Amino acid sequence: MATKGETILEVRDLVKHFPLNQGIMFKKQIGAIKAVDGVSFDLASGETLGVVGESGCGKSTLAKVLMALERPTSGSVKINGRDIAKAKGAELKRMRRNIQMVMQDPYTSLNPRMTVGDIVGEPFDIHTEVAPKGDRTRKVQELLEVVGLNPDHINRYPHQFSGGQRQRIGIARGLALQPEIIVCDEPVSALDVSIQAQVINLLERLQNEFNLAYIFIAHDLSVVRHISDRVAVMYLGKVVELGKDVEIYDKPAHPYSQALLSAVPVPDPEGRDQRERIILQGDPPSPANPPSGCRFRTRCWKAQEICATEEPLLQIRPGTSHESACHFAETHDVVHVN
Amino acid sequence: MSKTSPHALPAEGGLGNEPLLAVDDLHVEFATRAGLVRAVNGVSYSLQAGETLAVLGESGSGKSVTAQAIMGILDMPPARIPKGEVRFNGTDLLRLSEEARTQVRGQRIAMIFQDALSALNPVFTVGWQISEMFRVHRGMGKRDAVKKAVELMDRVRIPGAKQRVNDYPHQFSGGMRQRIMIAMAIALDPEVLIADEPTTALDVTVQAQVMELLAELQRESNMGMILITHDLGVVADVADKIAVMYGGRIVENASVHDIYKAPAHPYTKGLLESIPRVDLKGQDLYAIKGLPPNLLDMPTGCAFHPRCPYRQDNCVTDSPPLYEISGTRNSACHYWREVLDGDQG
Amino acid sequence: MSETPQLGQVGPAFPETQSLTENQPSPPVKQPKKKEAKPASLWRDAWYDLRRRPMFIFSLVLIAILLVMSFWPSLFTSINPFDAKTCELSTARQGPSAGHIFGRDNLGCDVYAKTIYGAKNSIIIGVATTVITALVGGLLGLLAGTRGGWTDVLTSRVTEVFFAIPSILGALLITATFRDAGIGIWIVVIALSVLAWPMTFRIMRAAVITARSQDFVLAAKALGAGQARIMFRHLLPNALAPVIVVATINLGGFIAAEAALSFLGVGVQSPDISWGLMIADARNRFLEAPLPLVFPALFLSITVLAFIMLGDAVRDALDPKLR
Repeated sequence: MATKGETILEVRDLVKHFPLNQGIMFKKQIGAIKAVDGVSFDLASGETLGVVGESGCGKSTLAKVLMALERPTSGSVKINGRDIAKAKGAELKRMRRNIQMVMQDPYTSLNPRMTVGDIVGEPFDIHTEVAPKGDRTRKVQELLEVVGLNPDHINRYPHQFSGGQRQRIGIARGLALQPEIIVCDEPVSALDVSIQAQVINLLERLQNEFNLAYIFIAHDLSVVRHISDRVAVMYLGKVVELGKDVEIYDKPAHPYSQALLSAVPVPDPEGRDQRERIILQGDPPSPANPPSGCRFRTRCWKAQEICATEEPLLQIRPGTSHESACHFAETHDVVHVN
Repeated sequence: MSKTSPHALPAEGGLGNEPLLAVDDLHVEFATRAGLVRAVNGVSYSLQAGETLAVLGESGSGKSVTAQAIMGILDMPPARIPKGEVRFNGTDLLRLSEEARTQVRGQRIAMIFQDALSALNPVFTVGWQISEMFRVHRGMGKRDAVKKAVELMDRVRIPGAKQRVNDYPHQFSGGMRQRIMIAMAIALDPEVLIADEPTTALDVTVQAQVMELLAELQRESNMGMILITHDLGVVADVADKIAVMYGGRIVENASVHDIYKAPAHPYTKGLLESIPRVDLKGQDLYAIKGLPPNLLDMPTGCAFHPRCPYRQDNCVTDSPPLYEISGTRNSACHYWREVLDGDQG
Repeated sequence: MSETPQLGQVGPAFPETQSLTENQPSPPVKQPKKKEAKPASLWRDAWYDLRRRPMFIFSLVLIAILLVMSFWPSLFTSINPFDAKTCELSTARQGPSAGHIFGRDNLGCDVYAKTIYGAKNSIIIGVATTVITALVGGLLGLLAGTRGGWTDVLTSRVTEVFFAIPSILGALLITATFRDAGIGIWIVVIALSVLAWPMTFRIMRAAVITARSQDFVLAAKALGAGQARIMFRHLLPNALAPVIVVATINLGGFIAAEAALSFLGVGVQSPDISWGLMIADARNRFLEAPLPLVFPALFLSITVLAFIMLGDAVRDALDPKLR
């Protein structure tokens, strides 16, 4: 296992386009949904990278490509130097042991016709080399204990558990192969408020215990801030800003990040009428036909001619300490999202 | 209680001190195969014109069932209202005949839902659906009704309303569909608007747009608004007062400022403390232990006692009444003083 | 947030209620203690559950009786209807009497004995056709639904061709062409199977496609599960229910279809016996003598009912939520 701080995941120029086809027998491509369009970042062991953005920004597609559930159109996803996006067969299977995921919906992510023991033990059935056969029940029970469930419940079915407990079952399944990276795709957004904190605490405890690296995808910005070391803000398939949590939350440089942060309601009524709020107009454009140049320019109050002609690259810009993709980036403390 | 005949419609405007809408000791039960479920257990709250009441609670707390009882859209059976009143301008809606209720529902009390896509009919254009409100309830001709529909779409800030009036619901984005539903709800100038998780399915930037729109519409027309939500941020932004529900009861009600400054019920306190805070980064979040109550098998005494850090022996046996803390503030906790002072029991 | 099904949470038909009932610190243990030694699995739990279902036991007893009747008919009657001497034309269409409790048919043969002896052909045709269509249609449907793409396009087009064949005409053609192949009633089984599997195929394919879109399939792929595991561990158990229901309902249809073929002169032929043949023979004189039609029809209904009950019980046992 990599030591803490060592880069274990390198994503470079990742692109995923879903072709839009016409015709039934002889398909003709008439366009493409540019779900992920040139995303690069690194992840160190034991680190959490938060990914925020609104629906349609490509964050879920990014998760699928990282998990090799979708083949990228181009670009690479290197885990410990090996590209999972190009791996096949036995090599891919072996690489999967190192990257696992926790899904959003605790109801559909567990097979309703399998017992908890079968669900959590399935990783061992697939990767038979990880645990000797006689050892599996004990291993499953250990895993259930680690995530705070009663190990005697291995013979129960998912419907006999609440949403929060099911999410713990999903986490136990993700831990079984002792991966170094776990991709969490909205792991708490389907849970009741009073249960969310329990699951977040569990994820943090597991991270410390097993030195896990998380890609934490969520739309709840305050949860992302709590758990993340670094944060990437996505808009229409691109990362528009990437930096440490304090940099993104206290000194956002990209207008979209600023609007996103200012839109989050603050759970404190004091001074609510004085609070600065940037209300964006309209909806995000379609990822099938994104605007030229900067993709945010159609909703941006700073947009100039250059924004339509020249695409701003994700880089450190004057006056800022972290990467942002805006020609007119300037830090601006919008509002403190707790 | 109600002296009006079952067919009389509620009078226009409030009568003296009577609030615009008052829910009084409402009980709702569901007869299910697994047993009787008491979804709402003696809920009372009131709403004045121009006021925003936030009803805060998790799934199963009874917050939506209460709203559906006010609207009269519960399926009865399996639902039953054994007890309680819903007074609208002084008239108990629960005692009205179905025809009289239809006159209130949608016209004077309107409701918007979380899922705008399933609330709109996919096979009719949005213009047709909005204008239907005017044709059915105001007897307008088709042309006038569509003109009104375009006006309304402008009012809820749908860009290019005139061009889009003949589009179908699936051609709009989630935020725009929510606006269309709001347009239908406010079409007949209701006095009360009930918004059941209106922004839960939306992205934050769209949520901000919709909440701003609702606030503006409320200012223009002086509507009373009941906002049903689980989002503590949205509540802090727009509510005047809050009713916190847990296990079918109101456990605390107070003005928005009081409750965020110092909650008087351990559940409210737990919810507020579990919000991630910058200064506590790297530490565990405060988590309310345990799970929400099972409606089929409610805990004895106070429903929150299995999860409560302030629990004493009498919490297990005695169900706490809604103690009055001040004229505008109540808490259903035997130990509200300790909770207010912050002494962990 | 899972707020929408607020109303649903109080209705038992919704999954949320069941999870709520399990929320208590020590929920009732539904599986018996003695099974702790061996870890539970869907099929083992289903079997354990089935043995406790009266409907399952009852249908099994009925089916057992019918099978014994098919293969050892002489246990039920001393009259051998294949022996022409037991028939007397002069007593044709006589009502029930001491030695002939179901009366006699058009040719003066004993209806009871013929019904008992007719079970074999009818049950073989019904059960064999059901099994073959369920296996062929089910497996192809599973494959098409799982793999999608060209496999799906190809198999789906092929089934559409079969759907286009009028079933009785098609069966007539097949049985008439191969009637001399010397395989007896199996030609009927083959003819019906060839025409009926596309139905099972379609149902299985649709159910698999629904199951495939759920997150647990994605989760299994992320674990590195191979296609066979995804098909048989994840998709099949979740897509089986509608196939079981349709298959058991079809079973009666096949026995009836055999009757139609017999009537048209290509299925089971005299002097061989089947319920279908008996019904076909008796219906011309139904108004004068209803019993020769009523009794084989009654046995046919009981058989169909037994298999439908069996299918229902198995389907319910395979759904953990219904246990």
